[in-house]
Amino acid sequence: MLTIGLTHYLVVAAILFTLGVAGIILNRKNIIVILMSVELILLSVNLNFVAFSQSLGDLTGQVFALFVLTVAAAEAAIGLAILVAFYRNRGTIAVEDINSLKG
Amino acid sequence: MPFFVQLAHHFLPETILAVGVMVLILIGAWRGERGFGLVDEMAVGILALALVAIALSSTPDTSVFDGAYIDDGFSRFMKALTLIGAIASILMSVDWLQRSGLEKFEYPVLIILSTLGMLLLISADNLIALYLGLELMSLALYVMAAFARDDGQSSEAGLKYFVLGALSSGMMLYGASLLYGFAGTVSFAGIAAVVSTSAPIGVIFGLVFVLAALAFKMSAAPFHMWTPDVYQGAPTPVTAFFASAAKMAAVAITARIVVTAFPGVKDQWRQIVVFISIASMLLGSFAAIGQENIKRLMAYSSIGHMGFALIGLAAGDEAGVRGVAIYLTIYLIMTLGTFAAILAMRVQGRYVENVSDLAGLSRTNGWMAFFLAMLMFSLAGIPPLAGFFAKYYVLLAAVDAGLFGLAVIGVLASAVAAYYYLRVVKVMYFDEPAPAFDRAPMAVRAVLAVSTLALLGFWVYPTPVMDAAAAAAKSLF
Repeated sequence: MLTIGLTHYLVVAAILFTLGVAGIILNRKNIIVILMSVELILLSVNLNFVAFSQSLGDLTGQVFALFVLTVAAAEAAIGLAILVAFYRNRGTIAVEDINSLKG
Repeated sequence: MPFFVQLAHHFLPETILAVGVMVLILIGAWRGERGFGLVDEMAVGILALALVAIALSSTPDTSVFDGAYIDDGFSRFMKALTLIGAIASILMSVDWLQRSGLEKFEYPVLIILSTLGMLLLISADNLIALYLGLELMSLALYVMAAFARDDGQSSEAGLKYFVLGALSSGMMLYGASLLYGFAGTVSFAGIAAVVSTSAPIGVIFGLVFVLAALAFKMSAAPFHMWTPDVYQGAPTPVTAFFASAAKMAAVAITARIVVTAFPGVKDQWRQIVVFISIASMLLGSFAAIGQENIKRLMAYSSIGHMGFALIGLAAGDEAGVRGVAIYLTIYLIMTLGTFAAILAMRVQGRYVENVSDLAGLSRTNGWMAFFLAMLMFSLAGIPPLAGFFAKYYVLLAAVDAGLFGLAVIGVLASAVAAYYYLRVVKVMYFDEPAPAFDRAPMAVRAVLAVSTLALLGFWVYPTPVMDAAAAAAKSLF
């Protein structure tokens, strides 16, 4: 019988984090997908905090996770608001169209 | 210590900003579009009040709120710099905002909110306070970058800053979770106690993630890619705020975290800081050479200057941190002066931002050309201007710490960088005149003149800055 220990949680969180970062870097299509990837990163971090908190027997990690959840909501709201402003100006949210600034 | 005593003695500047910003939001909501002038003036007053509160406080170094927050000499020094940057940014921006149809009361409110985040960040003494301060600062900065919401370039700058900033926050958090898990605590002192005996590999990983994210916030290479685009696309007064106040907070927290939380693994973080420093100096020197847009030029210039400030941090001792504090003071003055000059670049009611628009400025506007030339000489580090002394003290600290290679690369990079600073001077003094600039508003001229005089005055009377920086560095060790 396999027991689920700290390592399993850390591995899942590391995979989620990597997926999130890869989603931001490799994504060539749509900015909404980037916002989803950001959420994925924050959730992987929360998983880490809660798993560490449980294994250390210390509540600080769970408090930190609650703060992260709160800030993530604010961050998503601001990201979507900026995205709406961008869409109104350009009429597109494709990643490859974000290219007017370069040099 | 009772809560309200802590609040009054060690948290007064932050309390002033937090209460003040709520009052400003109410006033803005009450008066609507007409509220801009009043809110703007009150915002300057609130920031100045916070600056006075810092200048008058002389309490010994104290940790408050159960070790989440520290009030020490280093934090007071850096907070004063941040507040000066914020005040000058607001003063310079009024005229620009009115001419661009952006005189909305949200602008000063956002500046105060992000300044509050910066103060929290500078004084953070555990990972939770670090994260909350960083996010309060960044969330307000994302909105400010996209503030000209009918302008495609501004919203693009905001979007880019948001996506890359969110990625860096995620990396910071992942590092923080590893630090928490492997050190068993979120407080900097607790982490220091753990790494002084042994350094688990998880803690080193966490350190790398956190340092990468902080390098991102202070726009040091190789995490600089957002800087040129955001500096160019964001409204010019916002860029001035990014380049002045935001950098102070990011460098301050980087210095605090490596010095107070990781003294036991100095060799490990020194490698990272040396690498970031060299990469930033070289990139800042070479990539700026071909730039025609002066805001983009200043973006690469700021990357290079962050590399120089990190030389002092790489030394990792008291002299090094003193060098960083002096460097940041002088960098703040130079940046504010240069952006005042950029905000004065207006031809027949239209703002221009190319280096070629400065052509022949010495004949059309001799004083402005003189001031800008002094700023450029100082940015290049030519003695006897203040920029030379800034570089001198960080290089001295690096040589004393045995980092000869880093010091040599620093000197060579600054020689390369001198090329593009001097090109601006050459364009102003030797090229055929471009159309003359309109008369700049009073506040912009005042910031330009005061910062140039401060740079010249530092050579004559450096003692106040030197003493304050030495006291600040001392409190960190």
